[in-house]
Amino acid sequence: MSSIPDDLHYTKEHEWIAGIDDGLTLTVGITAYAAEALGDVVYVQVPEVGATVAAGEAVGEVESTKSVSDIFAPVGGEIVEVNQAVVDDPSLVNSDSYGDGWLFRVRLEGDADDLLSAEEYAALTSGES
Amino acid sequence: MSRPTPLRGVHEALGATLTDFAGWLMPLRYGSESTEHNAVRQAAGLFDLSHMGEIFVTGPQAGEALDYALVGYLSALEPGRARYTMIVSPSGGVLDDLIVYRLANEEFMVVANASNYPRVAAELTERAKSFDAAVDDRSEQYALVAVQGPRSRAIMGEVTDADLDGLKYYAGLPATVAGREALIARTGYTGEDGFELFVAAADAEPLWAALTEAGAAHGLLPAGLSARDTLRLEAGMPLYGNELSADLTPFDAGLGRVVRFDKPGDFVGRAALEPLKDVPPTRRRVGLVATGRRVPRHGYPVVSEDGAVVGEVTSGAPSQSLGRPIAMAYVDNDLSTGLAVDIRGSREPVDVVDLPFYRRK
Repeated sequence: MSSIPDDLHYTKEHEWIAGIDDGLTLTVGITAYAAEALGDVVYVQVPEVGATVAAGEAVGEVESTKSVSDIFAPVGGEIVEVNQAVVDDPSLVNSDSYGDGWLFRVRLEGDADDLLSAEEYAALTSGES
Repeated sequence: MSRPTPLRGVHEALGATLTDFAGWLMPLRYGSESTEHNAVRQAAGLFDLSHMGEIFVTGPQAGEALDYALVGYLSALEPGRARYTMIVSPSGGVLDDLIVYRLANEEFMVVANASNYPRVAAELTERAKSFDAAVDDRSEQYALVAVQGPRSRAIMGEVTDADLDGLKYYAGLPATVAGREALIARTGYTGEDGFELFVAAADAEPLWAALTEAGAAHGLLPAGLSARDTLRLEAGMPLYGNELSADLTPFDAGLGRVVRFDKPGDFVGRAALEPLKDVPPTRRRVGLVATGRRVPRHGYPVVSEDGAVVGEVTSGAPSQSLGRPIAMAYVDNDLSTGLAVDIRGSREPVDVVDLPFYRRK
């Protein structure tokens, strides 16, 4: 069973968001649960720095041996940084989902609505597994 | 509800990710599918293929019945040998691709794909009616375990006294493996040397355990359907439902060589296929290697330089052996340069290459 860190927020699309309580710049990645379900990740496409994204918008994709999935912006705002390391080595999504496998950072504009707590995300994924 | 194989308990104990495949609950992978893929290329992999169907055709006219029912010349097969062949509809569409083993003069085993074998068994029963032959679907009674990879010969040598070196590619012999009766076949679907072991369902677990133990020192890993698919794709082998379907003839698929017009008598599909044998098909099955990192997948359009759709991808995956995404596709005959695959709206260039992508040394 993959771990679900308590100090992060989550989406139903299996993204995690760090930094909600710290300020306006949030870090986004995909959860270990999702990485496990995908299998070996072979390709990651992240949004461009400077792009303005809306919550729920498809902003990239993550591709494994067997499937491809969209990455959605969990909140609206401006993309301020992307993780080139994960683009160069997509396996980081599998090996360190909550650490070196982060995908991008977004400067929050507006509210961060509809995010799940760790407890709520755990309930969601236990129903799916 | 998916049907489990006799090895379900083993897969669960190994922590496999299980998936529905053709109505069966099958291991997709045990850990990393790339690691499993590489184990098969460099050492060996252990597969559960118990979802495949085993249909026995026996009797004095078993060979003639198969000659009529299938496109191959099975009555000419020596006992102990095996042949890749197909069953087609009267209009020539491929109903399934098969491996037929001649176990004895009057005994054949037809191995059919999981998704198709009930239909294949029904068709064989119907087509054998006017012959002195009996068709018996024994798929439920059999488990199938495969050992594939360069170390498979060494591993098998530790669990059987059978004459493995005398067993040629595409041959099979009854033997004792780890104390259990098995048919050992030197066949596989990975592009490597390997063995497929047909055993009674109840013997599957002890056989798996014995092979796991014998293989430990050789780098044997259990391998799931995900690795099986990338291995067979690298080996350029067709998959029913992807490269083969009832809408395509063996000629369409570039596999016209399996249709044996030289055999005596009529066979189902002859009238439809004979006029096609010298007609170049409008499309051909090719290999594609992507220049970028995005993967061309099943159903994606192949497009020419001017943006016209000129083909369709049938299978695609990242290739461990080439380090780039690969695919098989049907593409209009006269095209081989300037092609791209439309990957979710973006035109990704591909090179057309000869199949297979990978050939063992």
